[in-house]
Amino acid sequence: MTLPISSPYANAMGFTVSRDEAGRLVLAMAFDDSKRGRPGFFHGGALAGMLETIAYMTLADALADDDQPQLKPVNVTVTFMRGAVERTTFARATIERLGKRIANVEAMAWQDDPAKPVAQAQINILLDRSSGRPD
Amino acid sequence: MDTAPLPDDFDPVKLIKMMTNNGHNRLIGSHYHAHGEGWCELALPYRAELARDATTGILASGPIFTLMDMSTSLSIWLKTGIFQPQATLDLRIDYLRPAAPGNTVYGRGECYKVSRSVAFVRGQAHDGDPDRPIAHVAGTYFFTASA
Repeated sequence: MTLPISSPYANAMGFTVSRDEAGRLVLAMAFDDSKRGRPGFFHGGALAGMLETIAYMTLADALADDDQPQLKPVNVTVTFMRGAVERTTFARATIERLGKRIANVEAMAWQDDPAKPVAQAQINILLDRSSGRPD
Repeated sequence: MDTAPLPDDFDPVKLIKMMTNNGHNRLIGSHYHAHGEGWCELALPYRAELARDATTGILASGPIFTLMDMSTSLSIWLKTGIFQPQATLDLRIDYLRPAAPGNTVYGRGECYKVSRSVAFVRGQAHDGDPDRPIAHVAGTYFFTASA
């Protein structure tokens, strides 16, 4: 069953999200020309955007409904392991630590086999509960 | 694509315009802005449909990543003057502050070192004032045809 997505970017990218048997959120991205980089392969930026999106979704999902701080990116490091070919790509994220102010999240993307990731990202996110205050 | 020296009449602007006008670069709408030896600057006009959150209107990080991936990868060709196939090994982005909704984001990539197999790049993005960057990047590419 796919879940609703509110992010304009995620909708522009055509991402769909569902849960696997373990209850983890899984993002899917079908291949089309608007995600292509070099001929025959996904653009690294499309994969990075996918990894960041599933990281935010997984984090928002882990937070309580009445505790939804503003999530701000601190940094992301994306490692590309294999060329992602013209096939639907999946991504899921693991929260390595959820603190009061910072969350450390790892996300990975794969095509046929999760044991053979095409890209992996380490993402640090600031949890901002000071709504209205300038940065 | 085989390794080949650039022709004498090579026009980097034409190449960059061609490369940013298709595939995923076309979706995010980035285009050529400026270039020099070993560096390239692209512009990404603001579009609300690329926001991560409709309430804030702040651009998602994905389009900024794509912009910086493209500008740094083009900078390698402008550094070496040789066409050789390359793939991103890794790219790190530090998001210093959000881009103001409505502002065009400019992404400048620079290739500062090339070895036989690896190119080292860095870059910055800003949304109008180069002295107030929104992001810094560092990354590596490898030449897929190198031994």
